[in-house]
Amino acid sequence: MTMTAEPTTETDSRVAAVRPSIARLTSIELRKLTDTRAGRWLLATIGLIAVAIAVVQLFVLDDAEQTFTGFLAPSLLPVGLLLPVVGILSITSEWTQRTALTTYALVPHRERVVLAKLAAVVLAALASVLVSLAVAAAGTLAAKATGGAGSWDGEWALVLNAAVIQLVNVLMGAAFGLLLLNTPLAIVGYLLLPTVWSILAAMISALQGPANWLDTSITMEPLYGNEMTAGQWGRLAVSVLAWVAVPLVAGLLRTLRREVS
Amino acid sequence: MIMVEHLIKRYGPHTVVDNVSFHCEPGTVTGFLGPNGAGKSTTMRMICGLTPPTDGSATVAGRLYRQLPNPGREIGVLLDASAQHSGRTGRETLALAATTMGVDRSRVAEVLDLVGLNAVAARRRVGAYSLGMRQRLGLALALLGDPRVLILDEPANGLDPEGIYWMRGLLRDFADRGGTVLLSSHLLREVEAVADRLLVIGGGRIVAQGGRDELLADTGTLVRARDSHALWLTLQRAALDATADTNGGFVVHAEPGVVGQAAADAGLVLTELRPAAGGGLEQLFLTLTAGATTKEAVK
Repeated sequence: MTMTAEPTTETDSRVAAVRPSIARLTSIELRKLTDTRAGRWLLATIGLIAVAIAVVQLFVLDDAEQTFTGFLAPSLLPVGLLLPVVGILSITSEWTQRTALTTYALVPHRERVVLAKLAAVVLAALASVLVSLAVAAAGTLAAKATGGAGSWDGEWALVLNAAVIQLVNVLMGAAFGLLLLNTPLAIVGYLLLPTVWSILAAMISALQGPANWLDTSITMEPLYGNEMTAGQWGRLAVSVLAWVAVPLVAGLLRTLRREVS
Repeated sequence: MIMVEHLIKRYGPHTVVDNVSFHCEPGTVTGFLGPNGAGKSTTMRMICGLTPPTDGSATVAGRLYRQLPNPGREIGVLLDASAQHSGRTGRETLALAATTMGVDRSRVAEVLDLVGLNAVAARRRVGAYSLGMRQRLGLALALLGDPRVLILDEPANGLDPEGIYWMRGLLRDFADRGGTVLLSSHLLREVEAVADRLLVIGGGRIVAQGGRDELLADTGTLVRARDSHALWLTLQRAALDATADTNGGFVVHAEPGVVGQAAADAGLVLTELRPAAGGGLEQLFLTLTAGATTKEAVK
């Protein structure tokens, strides 16, 4: 053993014994959404589809229907469908690409990483609403210039609703990712399970009662309109509890316990 | 400083790691040897808090891994060089880790330089890396936080001979500056060349541990003569304990001087006379882990 091998004290001042803050971890997770080709393309595709839909609307809609609301609602669709995939990938790619080995070695408190990932996809969802608003605004201006109605008939409630729609969607994706920890399984599960539930509920009359409370396609429907009643919010909350909160908690427990290899 | 106390890992009825205990002191390189499936990786993952142990504990710098606030600054870990996002560039992979650990971004360029990944390689996506480049990137990642402890699982895998020589120097230097290194390998020569201490695991159990020289001390002398049979008789007569190797030579449990003297007294022409240490560890390794080699870890 060399002379320099004198054991250093356990709390050496050289070591920055400060754990990374949730804010820093969130900024890292946001960066991870865009620093791969797949992530960049997925986000770019969402934006392009939203723009494409608005352009098509300019050509096919009656002039009277070319309003701000008329542009906003459809622009929410591609985001609502694809952004959750971003949320799923953010969580499952750690396991399929096996980066969990590095991520959780650097941050052994896995719940902090999961929290940061959820924060990152929530921020992404809110940002997507801004993009949708911008696309709708651009569409409205273009409509006005080309002889459409181009009226700014939107209500603020609609912006709030848009945010709720995207948040529920992206968190549901993340929850499925967290629960299944496998990209294809989570994507298929996220896209298919609610649909299967809708189909079953439509066929089996006994399920129709519960479906009004548990089928997200039914409970989220009023969000695309203008006003939500308290009862509608209640139903939405129950369905979110079942499809988002439950898999989120179960998935968190699974992630905390799972062996990383 | 790594302290492992009675670690046990069971998957159902299979005990993959069975009551493993060892210490790694600052200033030393500990070679963790064992055939595939012997429990090396599982032990390392348990030290790093990635696999929950069934029983026992492991501490790094006096603390459980999970209790380290910023582990990357304390301990550098390379468990699997292939476990990187194939779509990220090498530089980006390091930049993310640097941000997590809170180390200066300039450190990224430093470690890239240290492990010999040039600017072109750093800009490429990891998916396009060879295994050797991934090992270098993994080593860069481990060194990024300027830690005092390194845990490396098969770091020589995929490196070319020059790369292996380079890494050997890097680890030796790291330990000589007071660092603690635990590296696993099934490349016996590699470990023998760099480790001060050896830890041999077979079938989940530690079957030998100690200083390298101490473990290799009684491996004896390799001797070869033009007349193999005469040499055999001479060794018998001199009451030297010898075993024949596969190419007509003998491994003798005695100093080379003693063996040479016996041969000279008998007037034999020797073609080879040297300490058997080169193959000694291999022999040790094979003997100690015999029977355990085919037991793959079943999860």
